[in-house]
Amino acid sequence: MFNLDRWIEIFQTLNKNKLRTILSGFTIAFAILLFTLLFGIGNGLKHFFEREFAGDANNSVYINSGITTKPYKGLQSGRRIQFKNDDTKFINENFEDEIQFFSPNVQRFNVQAVYKGEQNNYTVRGVYPDYQPLESAVIEDGRFLSVLDLKRKSKVVAIGKMVEKDLFGNLSALGKNINLDGISYKVIGVFSDPGGDRDERFIYTPFTTAQGMYRDNDQLDYFGLTYNPKLNVDQALSFSNLLTKMLKEKHNIDPRDQGALRVRNYAEGAKNVQSFMMVLNIIILLIGIGTLIAGVIGISNIMVYIVKERTKELGIRKAIGATPKSIISMIMLESIFVTAVSGYLGLVTGVFVLKAIDKSLEKYFIINPSVETYVVVGATIVLILAGTIAGYIPAKRAARIKPIEALNDE
Amino acid sequence: MIKLKNLHKSYPMGKESLHVLKGLDLHIKEGEFVSIMGSSGSGKSTLLNIVGLLDEHDEGTYHLNGQLIEHLDEKKAAILRNKFLGFVFQSFNLITYKNALENVALPLYYKGLGRKERQKIAMEYLDKVGLREWANHLPSELSGGQKQRVAIARALVTQPKVVLADEPTGALDSSTSHSVMELLKEINRDGMTVFVITHEEDIASETDRIVRLRDGVIISDERTNKKEKV
Repeated sequence: MFNLDRWIEIFQTLNKNKLRTILSGFTIAFAILLFTLLFGIGNGLKHFFEREFAGDANNSVYINSGITTKPYKGLQSGRRIQFKNDDTKFINENFEDEIQFFSPNVQRFNVQAVYKGEQNNYTVRGVYPDYQPLESAVIEDGRFLSVLDLKRKSKVVAIGKMVEKDLFGNLSALGKNINLDGISYKVIGVFSDPGGDRDERFIYTPFTTAQGMYRDNDQLDYFGLTYNPKLNVDQALSFSNLLTKMLKEKHNIDPRDQGALRVRNYAEGAKNVQSFMMVLNIIILLIGIGTLIAGVIGISNIMVYIVKERTKELGIRKAIGATPKSIISMIMLESIFVTAVSGYLGLVTGVFVLKAIDKSLEKYFIINPSVETYVVVGATIVLILAGTIAGYIPAKRAARIKPIEALNDE
Repeated sequence: MIKLKNLHKSYPMGKESLHVLKGLDLHIKEGEFVSIMGSSGSGKSTLLNIVGLLDEHDEGTYHLNGQLIEHLDEKKAAILRNKFLGFVFQSFNLITYKNALENVALPLYYKGLGRKERQKIAMEYLDKVGLREWANHLPSELSGGQKQRVAIARALVTQPKVVLADEPTGALDSSTSHSVMELLKEINRDGMTVFVITHEEDIASETDRIVRLRDGVIISDERTNKKEKV
């Protein structure tokens, strides 16, 4: 294989038969190019879905209350379920292991925020410091709410980037005081959110501050939590089912009542996306393999033709002392060399094309189309195998050619 | 050098089989210059193929350089061809995309010689057939006679025991034919066994011994008196 003389012989043959070499190389390069593009675009689709579901932590669970639709234990339907601080305690105590981040929430819509004559209406949420990872919020400036803020019921806020832009223009909001419904709060942080503009128009204040400000007692609106990332999708679903069951019991809700308590587990969506991605992956894989097989058959055909065309030459070689083995290894090395080189060219072209069309595909739900290293390495190995297979059959046939028949073949 | 005893060969033709060689006995000694004469269908090409290890015989024995030839697999046949035999064909059979020097050097490649050595030896033999200046020309740039000289140089380059020539002048005009035969004679004078197949009487008459073949049997085996003259 690493005999220099043999390679010189092969290069000479390939070089003296340029058209043939280019044609056979083109087949395989084209197949690999298609393969790479397919894989890259498939990955782009995958990236798009990943980003779309990145708005919140994808292990989050939200628990909202509503109005009962069924009478239960002597209680009438149409009863409003109200969460209170003891529910916070209840969840915290019962599911310590399953929960990663947890926050109750008091929410007030259409709060007028004013800073030096600029004003707008926003939703204000009273939350625990844990709410930041729940929302996947990223602090750009300053800090998020702290446990100390919570204890002191401090009048501080963390505002979204869009709020800062609306009220402060290009200036920094950090350390400034803004008025919310007439009460002054100090801005301690500015955050961005992968969920986009909508999620960057929230104002967060400590839960205790908001509860004191917007509620007369210990009522609250909803809970947000993330489950322990060690749980798999099925475990996460059974955790949220158990949580639902226990909360329904606590509030005397019929277990079949769908309206009184709504638990939204992102794991469910994640599961759907996961199976969707799996199907997409299988389709891409099948098409990719199909393309590769077509390429292999193409090159195999060409090799059969090449051997036929070279029958006479091979006959001459045999007459002057070429052994069948040397004929097989010559044809196969030629085939492997052509497939490997042209396949690599196809791969590089594919990667280059993917890079070039990257930005222009975003409106078709394709983001950052690219191929992973292991796909590249895998495809290269497949190529060399393909070259071996494609070369072997015609090489074997070539080795069986009787020199007399070959020489009589005018 | 070549010893054939009761050699038979037939080819299957559908259900029938065509009996081509019907018991040949032939003994060619080292250094002889022999021609096999016969019209087409007489079995002379089949004989050459068997002698040249390009085909196998059915019955009888064949000794090449004292070695009994039987049950050869392709690899052994290839090695023996490379070692003992040099071929010259009617249609030259040069590799079209290799120049004269590379064509001559090719058998040495299969013999396993290094590149530089191959080129050096090949150049010597090209010089011997008078084509040193044409070393870098492709076969398509050479005349018929020149091509056959290249083919002869290629046949000689491995220093075989026997040179087998199948109608070496069949594609050449008479004056070129004559010079090719002169070259073969010269090789023979250097001690090489030369085995020529032809259907042309005047070509055969330039050799030392003429074996006539008809319908698969030898009908005559005579020495030309030329040698006695010399």
